[in-house]
Amino acid sequence: MAAKNPKPHGLLAQFDTASAIYSACEKIRDDGFKYWDAFTPFPVHGLDKAMGLKRSMLPWIVLVMGLTGASGGMLLQWWVSVKAYPLVISGKPLFSWQAYVPITFELGVLFGALGAVFGMFHLCRIPQHYSPLFKSERFESVTDDKFFIAIEAEDPKFHPEETAQYLESLGATHVEMVEQ
Amino acid sequence: MTQSLAEKYRPENLEAYDPIGGRHPLVIGGETLHDITELVCRPIERKTPKAWWAFFLFSASLLGIFGMSIAYLFWEGTGIWGLNNPVGWGWAIVNFVFWVGIGHAGTLISAILYLFRQKWRTGINRSAEAMTIFAVMCALTFPGIHVGRVWAAYWMFPIPNQMGMWPNFRSPLLWDVFAVSIYGTVSVLFWFTGLIPDLATMRDRSKTKIKRIAYGIFALGWRGSNRHWQHYEVAYMILAGLSTPLVLSVHTIVSFDFAVSQLPGWHTTIFPPYFVAGAIFSGFAMVLTLMIVTRKIFGLENIVTIRHFENMSKIILVTGSIVGYAYGMEFFISWYSGNPYETFTFVNRAFGPYAWAYWIMISCNVITPQIFWFKKARTSIPILFVASIFVNIGMWFERFVITVTSLSRDFLPSSWDYFSPTIWDISCLVGSFGLFFTMFSLFVRFLPQVAMAEVKAVLPEADPHYHPGDAHHAEAEGAH
Repeated sequence: MAAKNPKPHGLLAQFDTASAIYSACEKIRDDGFKYWDAFTPFPVHGLDKAMGLKRSMLPWIVLVMGLTGASGGMLLQWWVSVKAYPLVISGKPLFSWQAYVPITFELGVLFGALGAVFGMFHLCRIPQHYSPLFKSERFESVTDDKFFIAIEAEDPKFHPEETAQYLESLGATHVEMVEQ
Repeated sequence: MTQSLAEKYRPENLEAYDPIGGRHPLVIGGETLHDITELVCRPIERKTPKAWWAFFLFSASLLGIFGMSIAYLFWEGTGIWGLNNPVGWGWAIVNFVFWVGIGHAGTLISAILYLFRQKWRTGINRSAEAMTIFAVMCALTFPGIHVGRVWAAYWMFPIPNQMGMWPNFRSPLLWDVFAVSIYGTVSVLFWFTGLIPDLATMRDRSKTKIKRIAYGIFALGWRGSNRHWQHYEVAYMILAGLSTPLVLSVHTIVSFDFAVSQLPGWHTTIFPPYFVAGAIFSGFAMVLTLMIVTRKIFGLENIVTIRHFENMSKIILVTGSIVGYAYGMEFFISWYSGNPYETFTFVNRAFGPYAWAYWIMISCNVITPQIFWFKKARTSIPILFVASIFVNIGMWFERFVITVTSLSRDFLPSSWDYFSPTIWDISCLVGSFGLFFTMFSLFVRFLPQVAMAEVKAVLPEADPHYHPGDAHHAEAEGAH
C-alpha cells in the first residue's frame, strides 16, 4: 500500500565487531540522539554505559513480588492452621511459625522468580513478534555474529542522508533505510 | 606445567592465551562467533541421524514400560511393589530422592557457578539445566504415583474442597511438595530465559516457514536489542541469585523427610548438608555421563573441552569426599551418642542383611572418586565415563541403604522384615530412565544444546576492547 512513498522507520547500520559498536554507541550517546538502539548477538560488556542507559528497575519488581510471595505464604499457613482447619498436632501451638518457614521461603522464591521473568518481559515489551527491523534481510545475522545500530526517524536529530553519512563515519560497514 | 610469567607471555606461547584475559581460552580451536552458531545449530538442522532414532526408540520403549507399570499400579495398588510391614517406604522414595539429587548439578552449574563468575560453565549449562528439568519430572512422578489412592493426590495441595479439609503445614512431606514443585517451576523459568536469544537464532536461520513460526513464537520477537539485554541480564542474575538458596533448600527439605522422623539412622542433624553434597555429587556424575556422549556425537569438542571435564571431576572429588566424611561421621555419632538403637542401626547397615548394598555404596561413592586425585584420570574420557556411572550407581544405593535398612530393622525385633523388590519396582526404576532419556533425546534434537549467546560472550573477540591481531595486549597486561 505504501509502496510509492513508504514512511521510514529509521536507519539501520551494521558493524562487524563488538569494539566498533561500542565506540559508535559512545559517540551517538554524546551527540545527543534520543530514539536509537544497539542490537547485538550477545550482551556486550559495558554497552549500557556506552549507550547511557539508566539502571534497570527490575530488582524492585522482584523485591516486591518476593515479599508478596513470602508474606502470602505465611498468611496462607496461618489462616489454614489457625482459622480454617485448627488441628492440634503433636501438642504444638496452632500458629507454630517455625514449621511454616520452609514454605514461606519457597513461595517467596517462586514469586520472585515469576517477577524476574515476567517483569523482564514487561520492561522489554516482549512478546512482540513484529518489528520493522525484521524486514531487513541483513538484520537476521544479529542473532549470529553481526552488530547493528538503528536510529529512528522519530528522533529530532534524524535526517535521512546526513544521519546515514554520520553512521558510516562511525565505522558502519553497511547502512540501509528500513521502512515502517 | 608451571610456567614463569615471562615464559607465558613469550610470543610463541601467546597463541594459547586469550589476549584480553591472559588466560587459557574457554573455547578452543579458534572458533569465531559465526562458528559457534554453526557448531551448535548444525546438529539440529541436518537430517535426523539414524543413531538418534535408535536411541530415541529405545528410550521411548522404556518410557512405555514406565507407562504400563504405572497403569498396572493404579489398577492394582501399591501391593504390586515389594513393600511390607515395616518397610512402607521402598523404591518409590529411593527413586524420588535419586532423581531430585541428579537435578541439583544443573542448578549448581547454571546458578552457583554463574554467581562465582566461573565462565567455563557456559559450555555446559544449557544441557545441564535441561537435565535438571527432566530429572525433576522423573522425581515428581514417584510421590505422585506412590500415594495409593492417586485420585486423592490433589490433597497434597492447599486447594479449597467440599470437605473443608486442608493440608498439615507442619509436615516435612508437605514442605517437600512445595519445594520440589517450585524447584521444577523455577528451573523451567531459568532455562527458558536462557533459551530466548538462542531460539531467536534458530528462528533467523530457519529455512522453512513452519520452523520459523515454531521457533519464532517461543523467541518472543527477540532481536538482541541492548535495551532488552539490559533487563535480561539483570533478570538472569536475579534468577541465579534466587536459584542458589532454592537448590540448597530443596535437598535440605528432602532430607527433612527423613531427619524429622524419630527413626534411628534418619533422625540426625547432619542430613541436610550431607544430602546436598550427595545431590551435587550424583548430578555432576550424570552431567559427565551425558556430556561425554553428546559432545562426541554432535562434534562439540571445541566448546565442551576436556578442561570442563577436569573441572567437573574435581567437583566430584570434593563432594564425594564430603559424602565419605558424612558416612564416617554418622558412624562416629552413633557410637558417641551412646544410644543403643543408633549404634545398632549403623552396625546393622554395614554388617547386617543389607551389607552388600552398603559396601556397593562405599566402593562407588567413597573409593571411586579418589581416582580423580590424578590428572591422568581427570583427563581420560574412558575413566571419566566409567567413574561417572559408578557414582550414579553408588548414589542410588545410598538412598536405598538409608531408606530400607533403617525401616527393615526398627525398634521391635518381632516386626523386622527383609525387603526385596518385585518386577514392578524394577520396571518403575528402569521406566523412569526411559522418561529421562526420551526427554533428553528430544531436547538435543530440537533445541540448541549449548547456550550460544553465552558462549559467544566469553570469546575474546566479544570484549569491546579487543582488536584483531592484538596479541601484544596480553603482553602489556602481563608486564604489570
